[in-house]
Amino acid sequence: MTLTAGAAEVGAPVTAASDDVPTIEPRAPRLWWRLVLLIFGAVVFLFPFYYMIVGSLQKTANTTLSGIVPQPGNITLHNYGQINAALSLGRAIINSGIFTGGVLLGTLVLGILAGYALAQLRFRGRGLLFGFMLLMLMVPFQLLIIPLYVIIVRNYGLGNSYLGMIAPFAINSTAVFIFRQYFLQVPQELFDAARIDGANELRVLTRIALPLVRPAVLTAMLLTFIGPWNEFLWPLLITKQQNLEPLAVALGNYISTSSGVATNPYGAIMAGSFVLALPAVALFVIFQRYFQTVNIGSAVKG
Amino acid sequence: MTSITAPRPKVPPLEGELRPGARPSRRQWLTRAAFGRNPIGMIFGAPYALFIALLFAYPLSLAVWISFHSYFFAAPGVSVPRPFVGWANYTAVLTDPAVRQSFVNIGIFLVINVPLTVMLSLLLATALNAAIPFRTFFRTSYYVPYVTASVATIGVFLFILSPSGIFNHVLGPLAPVPSWLVNQNWAMPSVAIYVTWKGLGFFILLYLAALQNVPDELYEAAKVDGASWWHRLRAVTIPGVRQVTTLVSLLAIITGANLFTEPYLLTAGGGPDGKSASPVWLIYESGIEQNHPDFASALGVLLVILVLLISAGVWLLQRRQA
Repeated sequence: MTLTAGAAEVGAPVTAASDDVPTIEPRAPRLWWRLVLLIFGAVVFLFPFYYMIVGSLQKTANTTLSGIVPQPGNITLHNYGQINAALSLGRAIINSGIFTGGVLLGTLVLGILAGYALAQLRFRGRGLLFGFMLLMLMVPFQLLIIPLYVIIVRNYGLGNSYLGMIAPFAINSTAVFIFRQYFLQVPQELFDAARIDGANELRVLTRIALPLVRPAVLTAMLLTFIGPWNEFLWPLLITKQQNLEPLAVALGNYISTSSGVATNPYGAIMAGSFVLALPAVALFVIFQRYFQTVNIGSAVKG
Repeated sequence: MTSITAPRPKVPPLEGELRPGARPSRRQWLTRAAFGRNPIGMIFGAPYALFIALLFAYPLSLAVWISFHSYFFAAPGVSVPRPFVGWANYTAVLTDPAVRQSFVNIGIFLVINVPLTVMLSLLLATALNAAIPFRTFFRTSYYVPYVTASVATIGVFLFILSPSGIFNHVLGPLAPVPSWLVNQNWAMPSVAIYVTWKGLGFFILLYLAALQNVPDELYEAAKVDGASWWHRLRAVTIPGVRQVTTLVSLLAIITGANLFTEPYLLTAGGGPDGKSASPVWLIYESGIEQNHPDFASALGVLLVILVLLISAGVWLLQRRQA
C-alpha cells in the first residue's frame, strides 16, 4: 500500500474483471447479473432513507403502498415544525456540534501526537502505551459505563456538562491506530534529513509527516465524527437537562416517551431522523473517496 | 523501519539529540537509558497515556472493585458503608434468569447475523469487484446505513415495522400477530436483521479490500483448469478472504453483547418480556435505573473477560491458519 492510496480512487482498473479484456464477450451476461444484484442491494439500503424523507413530509401518516410515492395533497413541512417545537432542534444540533467538535479536536491534536510518537519515536513506555491502545480497541466502551458514570458524575461532578460528555471519547483510539499505521509508512530518510537540518520533533511532525498523511487524517476524522454524532448511551446517561441533550438523545427520548402528543408522531420522528442523519450522510458522500477499502483494510489488518 | 541501522560511514545514529560527529556525553547516555532515544515521545504520548489511565484503566479497575462490594448510589455527600461481599454479585449475575435470557438472545442474534452478514457482504463485494457502471454510487449507498445514527434508522424501522406499517401492508395476511417488534418470537430476529442491514456496508468494504488482494493468477489458473464459478468461489475466493470472515464473526459477537440503542428504542426496553434484552441493556437497567451498580459491574467485568477471551481465541485461530 502506498501513501497516496487513500486519495487515489480505487477504480475499475484494479479489479479482476478488467484484466481479461479480450474475453469480454462471454462476460457480458455476467455483468447484467452483477448489475441486477447491485441495484437490488442499493434499493434495500436506500429505501429506508427515501421512506424517511417521504414520511417526514406526510400530513397524515400513509402506511399503505400508495404512501411510497408522495401524494400532492398530503405534503407538508408541519412535521419539521412539530419536532422543532418538541426538541428545540437548534439547541440539540448545537449540543451535538459541541460534543462532536470536542472529540474531533482532542483526536486531531492529541491523537496525532500519540500516533506519531507510537510510530516514529523510541521512548520508554512505548510498548506499554501501544498495548493499552490495542486493549482499548478491543474492550467495548459500553461495558464500562457504570464505573465511568461513578467517576465522571459522582467523583468529578461532571454530570450535565459538555466536558463530562466528551471525556470518555476525547481521543479516539481507532484514529490513533490509523495515524500510527500511516506514520510508519513515511520513509525514515525524510525524517532523518529534517533532523540533520536541526528541526525539532514538533516541526518534523507538522511540516513533514502531517502533509504526507493528509488522506489518513481525513479518513480518521470521518470515522471519529460518526462516533459522538451518533452516540446515544453515554450522553443519555450524563444529561439530565433537556438543554444539554445532543440531537440523538433528544430524538431518542422523543421516540420513547412523548411522541404520542404529536398529530402525526411518525411524521415528526421521520423529520427528526432526517435532520440527525443528514450531516453524517452528507459528509461521507462528499468525502467518499477518503473512506476507501484501502484505508479500512490497512487499519484492520494492522 | 530498519533503514537507520544500516552502517553508514560518516553519520552515526541520528535519533535523539545527537549531532553528527558528537560523542554521547555521560549525561546524554543516562537520559537515553532512562527515557529511551527520543524522550520527547513521552511528552507527545503523555496526553493519550493520561486519557487511557483516567478513562480506561481506572474505570476498569473500579468496575472490578465495585463488583466485589455491596454498592449503591447514595445521595451526594452521604457516606455509606460498602462492605466486601466476595463473589456474591457474580453468583447473583450467573443465576439471574434475565441474564440467561439475554445470552440466549445474543445466541439468536449471532445465528441470524453472522451467516447473513458473511453471505450477503461477500456476495455484494464480489459483484462490486469488477469494472461496473456507477460503482462509486453502489459502494457509497451500501455504507450509508453504517454511518447513520442508530436513533435515526431505528426511527424509520419503527415506522416500517409498526403493526399497521408498510411492511405488514405488503405481507397482508402473512404478517405476524402481534407485529414484529412486540412479538415474543420475532422481536430478537427483527433486531438481528436490522443490525445486519445497518452494518453490512462496513463488511462489504472489508471483503472488497480482501478480494482485491487475492492474486488474479489464482483465478486464471483455476479457469485454465476448467473450474466452474462455484469451484472458483470455494477454492480461491473463500480461502482468500478467510481473515475477514473471522473478523466478521468476532465483531458480531462484540456487537451482540453491546446492543443497547436497539433494545432501548426499537423494542421499547428489551421487550416483549425481556425477549430482546442484551447484556448492555441489562447493565443499564440494573445499574442505573434500579440502582444496583454492583450487580451491573459484575456483569460488565464478566463480559470484558469474555470479549478478551474470544478475541484471543480468534487471534490464535487466525495465526494457526496463516
